[in-house]
Amino acid sequence: MITFMNNSDSEEEPCNERTSLMSAESPPVPSYQDGLQASEAGEAQAHRKRRAGSSRGLNNIAGGEMSGSGVPVRESALENEEEELTLKYGAKHVIMLFVPVTLCMIVVVATIKSVRFYTEKNGQLIYTPFSEDTPSVGQRLLNSVLNTIIMISVIIVMTVFLVLLYKYRCYKFIHGWLILSSLMLLFLFTYIYLGEVLKTYNVAMDYPTLFIVIWNFGAVGMICIHWKGPLQLQQAYLIMISALMALVFIKYLPEWSAWVILGAISIYDLMAVLCPKGPLRMLVETAQERNEPIFPALIYSSAMMWTVGMAKPDTAARGQSQQTWDAAEDGREHLRSPSHAESQMSETRSPVPARPITSLEELEEEERGVKLGLGDFIFYSVLVGKAAATASGDWNTTLACFVAILIGLCLTLLLLAVFKKALPALPISITFGLIFYFSTDNLVRPFMDTLASHQLYI
Amino acid sequence: PAFGLFIFTIARDPLRIIILIAGAFFWLVSLLLSSLIWFIAVKASDPQDEQLQKGLLIFGVMFSVLLQEAFRFLYYKLLRKAIEGLVALSEDGCSPISIQQMAYVAGVGFGLMSGAFSMINLLADALGPGTVGIHGDSQLYFLTSAFMTMVLIFLHTFWGILFFHGCEHRRWWEIAAVVIMHLTVSGSSFCNPQYVGSLVPSYLLMAAAAAWAYLLSGGSAQNLRRFLLCKC
Repeated sequence: MITFMNNSDSEEEPCNERTSLMSAESPPVPSYQDGLQASEAGEAQAHRKRRAGSSRGLNNIAGGEMSGSGVPVRESALENEEEELTLKYGAKHVIMLFVPVTLCMIVVVATIKSVRFYTEKNGQLIYTPFSEDTPSVGQRLLNSVLNTIIMISVIIVMTVFLVLLYKYRCYKFIHGWLILSSLMLLFLFTYIYLGEVLKTYNVAMDYPTLFIVIWNFGAVGMICIHWKGPLQLQQAYLIMISALMALVFIKYLPEWSAWVILGAISIYDLMAVLCPKGPLRMLVETAQERNEPIFPALIYSSAMMWTVGMAKPDTAARGQSQQTWDAAEDGREHLRSPSHAESQMSETRSPVPARPITSLEELEEEERGVKLGLGDFIFYSVLVGKAAATASGDWNTTLACFVAILIGLCLTLLLLAVFKKALPALPISITFGLIFYFSTDNLVRPFMDTLASHQLYI
Repeated sequence: PAFGLFIFTIARDPLRIIILIAGAFFWLVSLLLSSLIWFIAVKASDPQDEQLQKGLLIFGVMFSVLLQEAFRFLYYKLLRKAIEGLVALSEDGCSPISIQQMAYVAGVGFGLMSGAFSMINLLADALGPGTVGIHGDSQLYFLTSAFMTMVLIFLHTFWGILFFHGCEHRRWWEIAAVVIMHLTVSGSSFCNPQYVGSLVPSYLLMAAAAAWAYLLSGGSAQNLRRFLLCKC
């Protein structure tokens, strides 16, 4: 996965869109988990930006890493005030993250429930070569574990590769890779998705119209993600991309492998972010040393971006620095599909030179944003989508997983506010999600069914 | 109506949304534990015996009600701690959200989750083809389910307010009243499908709980009159 870094010097922060492209390979699509994990790890990053050290802020994103909990870095004279304001905004930021995660999950669940294509088993990815159609349980378990090991090792390799590329400043390569990935994602997957949806609803569509629609969609997407565009549109595109990726995963991962992979990825995320030698952590530290925005990886940013014509450019610059970003997002994502580009929202939308903010009022004008890695989105959606697809309890299980994931996200953000350093976003949510999925499916479902058949209420 | 409540009163404030989701989560956990108990009981017993199964089911329901109330209490404790934290953090020394608001939101959270779990499979099935009550069951199944769910959601909301108020002021009889009401409502649903037995008492209880909660929240007959008269 390559992350695109803008080589901006301290004084200037042009718009950099972060996109992470997945390595483009044709047929077997590399799975892109790295990036996801990266995102998750990224989420955990929180760096407090000190007012004094404003030079850092320029690249804001890097500087103002805030842990996902949306703790804005306040450059105010009083540290305490900073803390309070931070936590006060905490709730708002949690909601800013809730909404896109919810939207992504809704899109995935709606698609799974209505379009049959995504629940048919039409083969597997090359990254999960072992089939699960074996007669015995032990064999199946073994196969899924082997699949997981292969997948995780692919992710690790790609992550390390990405870190190396970043360390040796091969930015052009990264940039190209990202662009290719996002191209593939935007065009190919959207085409497949649209095709399936139209098939399901039996809507006739001719090729020229389809071509025009997809072309417009893809072109605008590329521009929005990699360059400038309205915030909401960029957010919408990122959500759509995450949903598409999640759908691909749901389709192509065999059942047991999917669950084991989810569990393994949480563990990997935990280790990669917290261990001193973890690749994600090194990535973040390197980016910080260089005072550059950390990976233009897949990061979803909810911050309000200031436009170029902003009267207070330094405010804007500051705002950017205060966004929290997920370090890990960058991406070590290997997508199964040839190119998977996940772009993060550009943190610095306005090419405004960052100047230290001197007055508190200016600070107050900034909007603080929260960044969450796109990988997080994808894995959450995979969990909920799989629950919707395979659970026999249908909606109860899906709803339970959804609530569990949201609570996990809350807790993670809370921990971020407490620890103020990078934390992986995946483990807590995925653990809760998995626990709730399995328990709801096996325990709650018979209970509720029996209750409903007698029309008893508890 | 519950969704209306949600949109108009809760969706504005992010803190309330978090409390809502956490409330839903607590209800879910209580459901999980109670179904675990029921599951174990069922597995340990004879599946052929109808009466035993029914008895176990009733036992499961009662146990679940008790667990729900227990979790409501736990949630209350958590929220108390959270309020202290919020007060410490806020600038002017008072909490951005009062315990009553929290009680309301927590109640709505519980209610929404329980309602969702009760209704959503039904709704999904209702989208498909079929006839209601073809096997001799009541034809009003969907309608009554809908009404029962709605009353239950509202009841949870009011119980939340009453419960928290009781905990705040250490009036144990209030808490006991909530628990008894909950048990009564669940018990009355055993009368189904004679809907008269379950729907009517539930609605009456809901009206009583609504009035009680309203009074506790500081409302009074005058307020109500003024509100209604001002409108027109």
